[in-house]
Amino acid sequence: MSELLRFTTAGSVDDGKSTLIGRLLYDSQTVYEDQLAGIRKATKAHGGLDLSLLTDGLRAEREQGITIDVAYRYFATPRRKFIIADTPGHEQYTRNMATGASTAHLAIVLIDARHGVLPQSRRHAFIASLLGIRHLAIAVNKMDLVDYAEDVFHAICADFKTFIAQIGDPPGLQFIPVSALCGDNVVRRSARMPWYNGPPLLEYLETVPVAAERHAVGLRLPVQYVIRPDQDFRGLAGQLASGAIHPGDEVVVLPSGRSTRVHSLVTREGDLPEAFAPMSVTVCLEDELDVSRGDMLVAPGDQPMSTQRFQATVVWMNEKPATTGRRYLLKHTTQTLPAAIVEIRHRVDIQTLDAETAGELRLNEIGAVVVEAQGPLFVDPYRCNRFTGSFILLDPLSNETVGAGMIEAALADAVDGAARAVAISIEGHPEILWLLARRLVEAGHRVAVLSNQVLHVGPAGAAPGLELSFLSANLAGDPVRAVDEIFHQIVRHGATLEN
Amino acid sequence: MTARTLTHLQALEAESIHVLREVAAEFQRPVMLYSIGKDSSVMVRLAQKAFYPAPIPFPLLHIDTSYKFREMVEFRDRFCAEIGARLIVHTNRQALDDGANPFRLGTQKCCGLLKTRALLDALAAGGFDAAFGGARRDEEKSRAKERVYSFRDSFGQWDPKNQRPELWNLFNSRVDKGESIRVFPLSNWTELDIWEYIQLENIPVVPLYFAQPRPMVVRGEMLIPVEHDIPLLPGEKTQMVMCRMRSLGCTPCTGAIRSQADTLPKIIAEMREFRRSERENRVIDHDQEGSMELKKREGYF
Ligand SMILES: Nc1nc2c(ncn2[C@@H]2O[C@H](COP(=O)(O)OP(=O)(O)O)[C@@H](O)[C@H]2O)c(=O)[nH]1
Repeated sequence: MSELLRFTTAGSVDDGKSTLIGRLLYDSQTVYEDQLAGIRKATKAHGGLDLSLLTDGLRAEREQGITIDVAYRYFATPRRKFIIADTPGHEQYTRNMATGASTAHLAIVLIDARHGVLPQSRRHAFIASLLGIRHLAIAVNKMDLVDYAEDVFHAICADFKTFIAQIGDPPGLQFIPVSALCGDNVVRRSARMPWYNGPPLLEYLETVPVAAERHAVGLRLPVQYVIRPDQDFRGLAGQLASGAIHPGDEVVVLPSGRSTRVHSLVTREGDLPEAFAPMSVTVCLEDELDVSRGDMLVAPGDQPMSTQRFQATVVWMNEKPATTGRRYLLKHTTQTLPAAIVEIRHRVDIQTLDAETAGELRLNEIGAVVVEAQGPLFVDPYRCNRFTGSFILLDPLSNETVGAGMIEAALADAVDGAARAVAISIEGHPEILWLLARRLVEAGHRVAVLSNQVLHVGPAGAAPGLELSFLSANLAGDPVRAVDEIFHQIVRHGATLEN
Repeated sequence: MTARTLTHLQALEAESIHVLREVAAEFQRPVMLYSIGKDSSVMVRLAQKAFYPAPIPFPLLHIDTSYKFREMVEFRDRFCAEIGARLIVHTNRQALDDGANPFRLGTQKCCGLLKTRALLDALAAGGFDAAFGGARRDEEKSRAKERVYSFRDSFGQWDPKNQRPELWNLFNSRVDKGESIRVFPLSNWTELDIWEYIQLENIPVVPLYFAQPRPMVVRGEMLIPVEHDIPLLPGEKTQMVMCRMRSLGCTPCTGAIRSQADTLPKIIAEMREFRRSERENRVIDHDQEGSMELKKREGYF
């Protein structure tokens, strides 16, 4: 039985993406004769077979001469079945590529050998790694137009490596010199580039490890649906977001925090001895606990964070910009809750990858934000778990999906109902104290000022989870900047500040 | 320790079951379009698995144009009774009484009345806010970009430019009154996956998929089944041809293919060899370039 590999393709217009996919499909014999007849008819004018037409899109798009979305293609070899999320390069790019990348294990980044690494190539690699893709195949295309020259290829590899090193936790890289048009190193090894010892693209796709989608966290089973045919049966149905589960395992149910054991894993074909992510399962527990959709079964020793506030990177997908204070609906695993973006920390310039200040996020922009939901969510950082670390934002009026987010860290406050507090002592600068209190309140923190020297965030009486103290000398001069700095220290929670 | 990797069929199954449960949890009145074909058979099996040991928590809906194969209707009734599914059959009686038929109207118009119109009416009559369909993205070009959740306005129409982005396994199920979502749990399955799964899971399918000698009208490259008084062109006569159906629809529009494949392994072997796309034999998709897309805009699945 073969495995499934999902990949996405990234490249700017005319880098040869359609031709490359067409070549993969054609050379792996996935193209039907009637489809070929169709493209032969459409190619009529110029001689050769235009493989890019195989991935030609919808009528509305053809009429406008653009492609507007993500298209999915399928092909299989005896070793693997492949799902390609094909995201055409144009101005809607960020949104489409994020969509395609969200379910992909791997991304093929196309680079035109004549042009080398362009700002767009960086953008593609950045979005792919932002969405958690762990393998990049860098296809240096149109090698035929640079005389299959080794030095051109190596220069591009070096250039790309320098840039990718700037991305934190960069994905694994495989550079492949190809000509999509001529078929070099796509499915078959090219005799024209004997200096290249690596695998052709298809061989790489067939052998890159997929099980490596390893989650750094234990059992997470968001309860999706409760199956209750009669009084005697109560099955908790859902798709495992990570980890494995066996009969007899101890599990904790969130948010109640109660623990019990797994009685059985029920399927139509009989009980299972084990289930693991990403299987869809039905779990019966030893004890009759009140569990419903939106709850989560987790491993006792390795629980997600339970939080209402978190920092996330969002990709904005709607014409109406993201602004603070506006109400959205947030869907995370099987929970949907009212939520708001309470702060936009910065926007990422996707050409330069620089952070810049922003009052709003527009369509196709990416930014770091603080989100606050109306109830607790059980989250992991996205880099540890794609499913408990991701969410979408919906507009409650238009019902559209307006944003997609990746959680970076849970933030202090409202952790599982148990209050977290931060105590800060600021000597001799009452104005800073009050400015900071206001800033925190605006950002949704509950603030209690206990004295004019110690600021206490969180319900009065809660023990501080973080203590910060600042030397007067550091605060003198620019109170606004000082407030900004302290504010970030607090919401980042956990950072230590020496004075 | 076992290597914790799923086969591609297990991965597809897990994903489809997730979709089925998500819809059952988030919509008020889901329904499953049941076309009697192989894809429907797989979709129904996945629904049985998703909710086991409870029965499937929504009804099946068959749009009966009255031009289906007799064997299909027999299979439908037996199958639904066996699995204890609630079946709704809807036919556009009005149009039939007014004399609608494929031979007179042509396939475009006939489909519009007996399938699309009938479907929209049945969905409205049932007040269904979500309807599962067994369509796959590999079936046809315009389907390649279809979402798993395909949003339809209050006229059931599809606007390719106004679809919601779909990331991870998070689906947006918000609709206003009158609007609905068509849901395609088999989006990522290919025709070959379907057959492999049918074999693996031992899923019953209509015998028309298996090759045997059948009476056919041979018209050019096409084999047209002799049912429902198909009018013969001058010089045509019925012949027995060893053939099978690759996809099932109404008899006048379902071309058969010449084949010796009378068992599942033979069908799968044939599938691997095939160099022709599945819907090629469907008369309706060839009426006009981009015709599937036009039909979908009007409310077809
Ligand atoms: N010489 C050469 N031309 C190529 C190659 N790959 C693509 N092209 C050409 O580049 C142009 C753009 O290719 P296309 O696949 O449509 O690019 P897309 O916009 O990235 O999908 C077309 O004219 C292709 O024929 C290649 O490997 N070598």
